Amino acid sequence: MPLGERDDRDDRALLDEARRQMTVCVVCKYCNGYCPVFRAADGRPALTDADLLYLANLCHDCRSCWHACQYRPPHAFAVALPAVLARVRALSWRRMVLPSWLAPRHREPSSKDEGEAIQSTVHGPLARIASSLTLLAMTCLPAVTTRPGHRRTALLALACTLLVPLVTLAVVPSAVLFAPHHGPGAFHAVIPRGPMVWGAALALLVPLAWVGVAMTRFWWVIGGGSPGQILRALPEALGDVLALRHLDGGGLGCNDVDGRFSPWRRRMHHLILYGFLLTVAATLSAAISHHLLGMRAPYPWLSAPVLLGTAGGVSLLAGVAGMTVVRARADPAPQAPETRADGALLLALLAATAASGLALLGLRETAAMGMLLALHLGTVLALFVTLPFGRLMHAPFRALAILRAAIERRG
Amino acid sequence: MKAGAGTVGVSRGCEPDVLVAGGGLAALCAAIAARRAGASVWLLDQAPETLRGGNTRHARNMRVAHEAPTPLVADTYDTAAFLADLRRAGGVMLDEALAAPLVAGSTSLPAWLAAQGVAFQPRAGGMLPYSRRTVFLLGGGTAMVNALYATAAALGVRVCHGVTVEAVAPGGGAVIREGDAARRVSSGAVVVATGGFQANRAWLRQAFGPAAEGFVNRGTPHADGRLLRALLDQGAAPVGDPAHGHLVAVDARSPADDGGIVTRAEGMTEGLVVDRDGRPLRDPAAERGSPRYANWGRLVAGAPGQIAHVILDASGVARLGLRVYPPEPAPDTAALAAALELDASDLAATLVRHGPSGGPPWFTLSIRPGLTFTGLGVRVDDRARVMDRRGRPWPGVFAAGMIMAPALLGGRYLSGTALTLSAVFGRLAGEEAARHALGGA
Repeated sequence: MPLGERDDRDDRALLDEARRQMTVCVVCKYCNGYCPVFRAADGRPALTDADLLYLANLCHDCRSCWHACQYRPPHAFAVALPAVLARVRALSWRRMVLPSWLAPRHREPSSKDEGEAIQSTVHGPLARIASSLTLLAMTCLPAVTTRPGHRRTALLALACTLLVPLVTLAVVPSAVLFAPHHGPGAFHAVIPRGPMVWGAALALLVPLAWVGVAMTRFWWVIGGGSPGQILRALPEALGDVLALRHLDGGGLGCNDVDGRFSPWRRRMHHLILYGFLLTVAATLSAAISHHLLGMRAPYPWLSAPVLLGTAGGVSLLAGVAGMTVVRARADPAPQAPETRADGALLLALLAATAASGLALLGLRETAAMGMLLALHLGTVLALFVTLPFGRLMHAPFRALAILRAAIERRG
Repeated sequence: MKAGAGTVGVSRGCEPDVLVAGGGLAALCAAIAARRAGASVWLLDQAPETLRGGNTRHARNMRVAHEAPTPLVADTYDTAAFLADLRRAGGVMLDEALAAPLVAGSTSLPAWLAAQGVAFQPRAGGMLPYSRRTVFLLGGGTAMVNALYATAAALGVRVCHGVTVEAVAPGGGAVIREGDAARRVSSGAVVVATGGFQANRAWLRQAFGPAAEGFVNRGTPHADGRLLRALLDQGAAPVGDPAHGHLVAVDARSPADDGGIVTRAEGMTEGLVVDRDGRPLRDPAAERGSPRYANWGRLVAGAPGQIAHVILDASGVARLGLRVYPPEPAPDTAALAAALELDASDLAATLVRHGPSGGPPWFTLSIRPGLTFTGLGVRVDDRARVMDRRGRPWPGVFAAGMIMAPALLGGRYLSGTALTLSAVFGRLAGEEAARHALGGA
């Protein structure tokens, strides 16, 4: 389904506005000690659409540049970089998630970026297969085939979360569902392993493949890199990602709440990031326990899946709670208000996943286990199905932008 | 810390020891230093909170003497070298009694400002131009202003925006106005740090003649010189020359005030500059590739209508790089002449004789004189006390920043020196004012 003409015009106006503001920044240069966005902009003075998508995803929304800006509103130049880059980020995810042949054809020629490709053609057989998967997935999900507004994404997340418990209620006899189960294999007494694994595989692989295509397109659009370049830049880029280095505001911390510098947004983001990675590690270790060690879920308290999952869940919950406080107290002036809802939705999904997982762990010996398992699986399903339309897209795109920046720094 | 209606009025009876007029670096340093010395302090800034910081908002670096390279500044620049540069810039205007404390005070300035919360940008990031004379502020002057206001508030300085200090009484005390309400404040001492008069159109016309109509004010619209005028009218000793201002060429499309650094014109040495009537304008001291911004400011200020046009060919535009105001293209000489309202054959002849050789197409940037600061101030002694015309200090009245800078710079520009002198004399004035108000001297 093509974007409407109006949407395309809106996108163009947004990119032109971002270009106007970024031009002031490239000439001014005062903020270039805060983060790599300004160095990267210096290296791409043409500020094409592709450059703007790259710069927007390199921005960590730390807002130091807004507070330091001599040109922020009410100045006539009205520079409000964190807000405009947040909007361009959302645009970039949307544009890259939509297959190229669905993108609008009727582009008005622009002097800046003749032939420039924010909807670059997709190359390579792999990408083509993945694009076909994309189309398939989009036909499966009519709710989100048009511009995926946050409300639609929220409904989709809710539907996914409820889907598994409802199907479980309908399919599993209540005598089984609401009975306590003990010992190895107890989970699969409620939801058999076959449907769980195949359901998970389908539900996870389609969105992941879709995001993979979007990432590939984004990588080409922002300049890509040879395997050698990637390998050489990877250690530095990984370090920047895992340390969230660019949330340090050039050393002082960021303007999380107001004009004062603080480390809290970065710390909360660390709790969320590492909590998320721990839960991924828990899932992988569960698979290893099952296939290599012959163990059957639920696993004992002192096992890798449970320890990793518990640590991850607690870290996620603490991070989400802290981030919610930081976000609630944050000065709205530097922000793009319409991009806040998808952030809140992501936090809610992460919290629901973590909380239902921890509840399942705590109550797995009781009669509540069956429904809690279904609910937890529902939240995981919701997290993955909404992946291509939600704020979680910032993670892969920012990682790619950081990798590209590391390549460009090495020259 | 917002100045709501009557905020200052309600505290009648608990007047401050030290009243600081102004909102830029000098005022902030004075308020912080006075407060740290134990005085109760009001800082009254005419600008609204969104425009706080005076012209410091637009600054980036400050000149400091140093004996060895540091993470903030390269190589060495000793106090003798700083003094020599001041003597070159200030010429006969230079007040040696002020130059010495300025240069000496600059050495410890980064550490003192850092202790007040100001962040500097280390050279190691690789994003700064080489400089052995100046340290750079992380995020620029506005970030420093934010940090200093936060520190002042934390120390208990009472900050009010939208409050004008209209007059200052020798001996201390002031008349302040907030909206329609004016009243006297009897403070123990006053520090005046309200800068020059570059935003006062009527005074500019008086000082610069009709040419002032074509000036752009690069900084705050609140630099109206009201207190400078009041001090001079009350008998403070003037210093400098009202007709000496620091002018640079700025893009003619710049906003009337507050355009700051990004509106400064470039490209004058990359192409041909013609005046309103099509006559070439040349900077006799120009070296290709190194624009002398101040020379071009004076040249265009002297040109008819205070406007000139930079004509570039395509390669000139390419060398220019990214600009906030892009050059206007003209496909041929006739179109260029029409756009500049010049005779086409005369312009063609001028271009053949003087112009860049790569056109058409041509590209033009129109430029105007942009005023950074004015060159008339009040004389102070080495304790920042305002002097009367007979050379005696006024008790309880101090001045710091660009309002006393003409004694050091004579209205000329020495990169990074305005911030340095604002901070050094602001701090000194604050300490002296506190001592005076608290009865220490």
